[in-house]
Amino acid sequence: MTALRMEHITKVYPNGVVANRDIVFDVAVGEIHALSGENGAGKTTLMKILFGEETATEGKIFIHGEEQYIHTSQDALKLGIGMVHQHFMLVPSLTVTENIILGIEMRKGLSIDYTQSKKLVQEYGEKYHMYLDPDAKVKDLSVGQKQKLEILKVLIRGAKILILDEPTAVLTPQETAELFTELKHLRNEGFTIIFISHKLSEVRELCDHITIIRKGESKGVYALADITDEEISQKMVGRDVELTIARSEGKRGKTLLKVENLSVLEEGGKPRVDNVSFNLHEGEILGIAGVEGNGQSELVDVITGLGNFQHGSVLFQNKPIKYNHVKEIREAGIGHIPEDRMSIGIASNLSITENLLADKTRWKEFFGKNGLLIKQKIRSFSAKMVEDYAILCRDPEVPISSLSGGNIQKVVLARELSSKPQLIVANQPTRGVDVGATEFIRKQLLSMRDAGGAVLLVSSDLRELFGLSDRLLVMYEGKFAACITDLTSIDEQGLGRYMLGLDTQDTEMVMRNAQ
Amino acid sequence: MKTRSINQLVDSTKLAIVVVVACLLVSLIILMVSDQPWVAISSFFFGPFSTIRRIGNILEGAIPLIFTALAVTLIFRAGQFSMISEGSFFIGILGATIVGISLDLPAGLHPIVALLVAGLLGAIAAAIPALLKLKWQVSEVVTSIMLNYIIQFFVIYMINYHFRDPEASSLASLKIATTASLPGIVPGTRIHLGLIIALIFSALTWFFVFRMKAGYEIRLVGDNADFARYVGIRAPLVMVMAQVVAGAIAGIGGGVEFLGMYSRFKWTVSPGYGWTGIAVALLARRNPIMVPFAAIFIAYLNVGSGIMARSSDVGSEIVYIIQGVIMLMIAADALLQGWRQRLVVKSATAMEGI
Repeated sequence: MTALRMEHITKVYPNGVVANRDIVFDVAVGEIHALSGENGAGKTTLMKILFGEETATEGKIFIHGEEQYIHTSQDALKLGIGMVHQHFMLVPSLTVTENIILGIEMRKGLSIDYTQSKKLVQEYGEKYHMYLDPDAKVKDLSVGQKQKLEILKVLIRGAKILILDEPTAVLTPQETAELFTELKHLRNEGFTIIFISHKLSEVRELCDHITIIRKGESKGVYALADITDEEISQKMVGRDVELTIARSEGKRGKTLLKVENLSVLEEGGKPRVDNVSFNLHEGEILGIAGVEGNGQSELVDVITGLGNFQHGSVLFQNKPIKYNHVKEIREAGIGHIPEDRMSIGIASNLSITENLLADKTRWKEFFGKNGLLIKQKIRSFSAKMVEDYAILCRDPEVPISSLSGGNIQKVVLARELSSKPQLIVANQPTRGVDVGATEFIRKQLLSMRDAGGAVLLVSSDLRELFGLSDRLLVMYEGKFAACITDLTSIDEQGLGRYMLGLDTQDTEMVMRNAQ
Repeated sequence: MKTRSINQLVDSTKLAIVVVVACLLVSLIILMVSDQPWVAISSFFFGPFSTIRRIGNILEGAIPLIFTALAVTLIFRAGQFSMISEGSFFIGILGATIVGISLDLPAGLHPIVALLVAGLLGAIAAAIPALLKLKWQVSEVVTSIMLNYIIQFFVIYMINYHFRDPEASSLASLKIATTASLPGIVPGTRIHLGLIIALIFSALTWFFVFRMKAGYEIRLVGDNADFARYVGIRAPLVMVMAQVVAGAIAGIGGGVEFLGMYSRFKWTVSPGYGWTGIAVALLARRNPIMVPFAAIFIAYLNVGSGIMARSSDVGSEIVYIIQGVIMLMIAADALLQGWRQRLVVKSATAMEGI
């Protein structure tokens, strides 16, 4: 029996991007169905159409065999469809209960019936093995708990069909395992789950069928038992991807960045980064692992000049960088691929060309002596970048916002690397980026290292850290829980234990190895 | 069709619809309130073209609007919402008045010095809210509006107590030297050299915004200030710079208006060109090249409403209704969005061959 069927869905966005083209999507009742494809392939768009956040340009939707018109998310919820977005939609200052009942409050006279609401939250939590403290403030929850809250929110609204958009992107291996147990439990209870992911191992563990989308078109539905990893990735990317990256032994040169006893304090005085020291050398990729929110972002902000610090010192090429403006830090040769590219990595209404130039306003070849733009040079530079970095666009003068996530990240990478930095701080460089672009970005980082540059790689993708790093530091609550010099000596589970603070290496040893 | 040309087509159609709807609406109101509606309507729409002098009035009226709208364009492009162009314009008039009265200079040099002083005062005025925001994060919207009042009364105080003509019965300054005036350029009208200056400034502002590093930085900061900081641009300074340049343009505009149209200072309140400049800038879609056209259109409405008020029973205030409607409709992003979407779909599907 089919739970839902989307027929011949086509979606054209106002900027002319064809996100979906004649897609047919079928999901049976009581299965976990994977929806996979590169970023920008149109998975999220298809699901937003199903959830009523976007309207299809053409096509029909059938829920339990009946044609339905879904114009708003309210319509979708009434039909029993719920969606958990990639980015959490929660109010941090409210409690778990308040977040859940937002919009569906139970009343007692003129006030909200909190007793009843709490009972409901507890009841659902027990029933679906997702227990949460109803009175906890959302800002105090871990990422994994927030995810549970999002799922509970959808369940309490009566959803029978759940859409999960890349739910594991922010989770630790342990949290992922827990989520999978919960999802399997839900499936056994008769729920239908659509699982968006491009991590093949997860899809294989969890799902029954997979629908693969490439460039807005469906590449078919397969039972996971009948298809190999290579076949899946071939259908996703259209060519064979190197699942592991070939890399040579690094040649470690002299010290480039020296961080000593660095502390970053919150306003209240609580340390976000707690007295850490490490060195980064030429020709080295230093990975930083850790569950998000353990001080990685603050560390990155200090090194790139975006954030201040209270104690310790940071030396780049033996010169202290405290109080330096980003401008001086960039001039000294530090590049930055930011974690949140949409909010600080681009100016979305400006063209690709203008975004590529943003950090080069001191370059006399583009901005002449009297401050005039040298159009011809700029145009040929931008054309070369678009070609070298395989940025998919109609022409470099279109607004950057018309590109897909992966292509936007390529623009960011092109801009940062074309300024020839000696050190690049790459914070989640491939998050939400498709397989093809991911491979490209990783190769670029490696070739920068091979050319004698240094890379500080902060990532939540453990495979990326294992594949690229020469050394690996694990951050937990602002400190380094471990420094791993031989990456073959540890597996993902072992790393996960350091990330969660279950294991800690001897402090002396971490100090020594981090130099 | 390329996405860009689709956008241009839709945008210009939208503009045409906005203008037509505004005109229809004004006709409707006149029909409802007037005893002789046809007289009013025809004098409103056709009156401005009936004599050379009146056509001249349109262009004269457009000159100050071009300057203030260019200033507003620059400020908005930097993502700031300072309303200082009104104050900068008025204090620019004061600067030109003082130079016109007190200095004794040859004909060619006198207006240039007067305009430079006007621009300088305008820039200083605009720097105040900009710096207050830079230093203490005070909203420039609030401080600029308050400063406009301070400037208004400061200017009137200066004229009243230091440059007043004791012979005149109402508030008026001494006459400025004839060497300071901007000459007329079209016989039979009062169109003066200021029109040429205004057009040159439009072209220069366009060049500054789209062809110079400083303008590029203004657009970067205006689109995403966090991004500007991340790439190492000192965003707060760029914001201040944009406002100071804008203030100078508005100040020069005040000077041009004064030297071209008047022989003595006669205002008792700030003339409001700064406010109308916002409507003009929005109508021109923040594009300096389009500003003169938008300014001429608004000036045409102003002249028409004046003629109508004199020749019929409908007041000239109706022009503000039109301006309000135009601003509302320009700001309405959803207007014609469906049509745009269909064109985009057609072009995208045709291009990809399905």
